Amino acid sequence: MLRLPKFELCTPTTVAEAVALLAESPDAMIVAGGTDLVPNMKHELFTPSRVVSLAQVRELRGICRNADGSLAIGAMTSLAEVAASELVRAQAPALAQACSLVAGPQLRTMGTLGGNVLLDTRCQWYNQTYFWREALGFCMKKDGEVCHVVKGGKNCVAAASNDSAPPLMTLGATLEFASPRGRRAIAIDDFWVADGIFNKKVERDEVLVSIQVPKAPAGHRGAYGKLRDRGSIDFPLLGVAVRLDLDAQGAVEHADVVVTALAAQPKRITKLDAILRGQRPGTPEFEAAVAEAAALAHKQCKPLPNIPGDADYRRDMVPVYVKRTLLAASRGEGPVHHV
Amino acid sequence: MRGMGEYQLEVNGDTQPVSAPDHWTLLEVLRYRLGLTGSKQGCDKGDCGACTVLVDGKPVLACLTLARASEGRAITTIEGLMPAHLRAGGTGADPLQQAFDRCGALQCGFCQPGMILSARALLDRCPQPSREDMRDALSGNLCRCTGYTQIFEAIESAVAEKLQLQPKLRSWEAQRAAKESTR
Ligand SMILES: Cc1cc2nc3c(=O)[nH]c(=O)nc-3n(C[C@H](O)[C@H](O)[C@H](O)COP(=O)(O)OP(=O)(O)OC[C@H]3O[C@@H](n4cnc5c(N)ncnc54)[C@H](O)[C@@H]3O)c2cc1C
Ligand code: SF4
Ligand code: FES
Ligand code: FES
Repeated sequence: MLRLPKFELCTPTTVAEAVALLAESPDAMIVAGGTDLVPNMKHELFTPSRVVSLAQVRELRGICRNADGSLAIGAMTSLAEVAASELVRAQAPALAQACSLVAGPQLRTMGTLGGNVLLDTRCQWYNQTYFWREALGFCMKKDGEVCHVVKGGKNCVAAASNDSAPPLMTLGATLEFASPRGRRAIAIDDFWVADGIFNKKVERDEVLVSIQVPKAPAGHRGAYGKLRDRGSIDFPLLGVAVRLDLDAQGAVEHADVVVTALAAQPKRITKLDAILRGQRPGTPEFEAAVAEAAALAHKQCKPLPNIPGDADYRRDMVPVYVKRTLLAASRGEGPVHHV
Repeated sequence: MRGMGEYQLEVNGDTQPVSAPDHWTLLEVLRYRLGLTGSKQGCDKGDCGACTVLVDGKPVLACLTLARASEGRAITTIEGLMPAHLRAGGTGADPLQQAFDRCGALQCGFCQPGMILSARALLDRCPQPSREDMRDALSGNLCRCTGYTQIFEAIESAVAEKLQLQPKLRSWEAQRAAKESTR
């Protein structure tokens, strides 16, 4: 039995009310679906005196197409809704696939896209009960001073583990926040910092309102690949989002691959566009370029022993998943997973 | 009092007054305020599905749901299935409950309330699911005892009964038939 620490729960019905309730209390926290925050509070990783639930804020739910063809996804839209949405599946297939592979059906019904974007980083020394953490010796992400993953390390390297982040990066998404200072938007590429203690550029009093996904070109292909041991329980041991935009002749015009569950922030594979550009899926040259891209990803990705799963094995799986996910995207298929 | 809630929850068709601290989960309110101990407290952190209840007809985990945030939603627990079936003009327990019993789809039974509710939600939206549909729908409900086969067979048996189809042979029946045919 895991009890929650005591707090006062507020249930606003508008964004303005939620912003005001957050501003009033210096240690208040937002709860959306609660599937990350509630276990974390049960583990005494967070002990806010006030919790502001967005469950009754209707304006934060739903998916719509803006006049310019981009998608606006309300922060409180459930992962199940994102995964099933015809709009998302057509315009942002990698995002729909990633959401469909988060946890099991109950958690996808409860969990929101906003909560997924803002998911806390994860580490096997951190996502544990207070009793366990105390017995082991606390670490610098919570209650302690050292890092158990990188001995003598000065920075926390807990893993970015949210499946929606890589596809949203390949799609060039923007996050829109509301706070007492008004509204602001930030490109998701600029949102992350390399600090496992808190890997996001967001203030405590800001409410994520929506996730904006620009319109992709007609030849857009996307796919998501996820390595995990047990389908419904495990966070990604590795997540790979692929974007391939094909031109009118069916050749790659733009390629992008973002990998996660390595360290504190998702990682874009650099110099990959040049390898794949101009290649036509289905040809031996394309397959050779995919193999080259996979080898490049292997060189650039070095998973740390932060989350479960042997780090060497996770590294060996990088080229395998990059290759399979690139091929799946080129055929308009995916997601890629083995459980 | 700050952090203490007086509110109403709609559970199994009845609106019930609840008085509980704000930090209580729906699972705690169901079990320790309303006496509905059918929903099981397993891992208490979202892994196992033993605490599954239906909220507006969809399976969710009561151990991660803040009770007061469920105000205004229709909550169904395992205790609500038989009364709902009777209200709808049926006899006995929900046909899925009967099929789980008939097919021996449980050993210790701890996972069963969650399994049956996930299965109920599946059949309500998809009256003739494939094995693949069942696997997906039950993928958030862990069972440490049965190996799942009898659970899928129970759902198939309930579907066959409802649609008046010839029930599929169960795994052991199929094995026995195969043995007999080679004799
Ligand atoms: C067993 C299990 C397996 C899981 N597997 C995966 C997995 O494979 N991949 C994965 O990505 N996730 C996984 N999760 C985590 C989680 O279910 C999802 O990431 C989910 O999308 C989180 O959304 P939520 O609405 O429940 O977030 P919450 O828990 O409500 O919130 C998460 C964080 O975001 C903040 N927040 C939420 N919404 C807002 C907002 N609108 N504005 C400002 N701040 C906000 C909260 O304050 C909190 O810090 C798993 C969880 C469990 C329990
Ligand atoms: S990476 Fe190090 S500091 Fe960060 S949570 Fe893990 S053990 Fe703690
Ligand atoms: S008790 Fe809720 S998921 Fe295990
Ligand atoms: S019957 Fe024992 S856990 Fe399923």
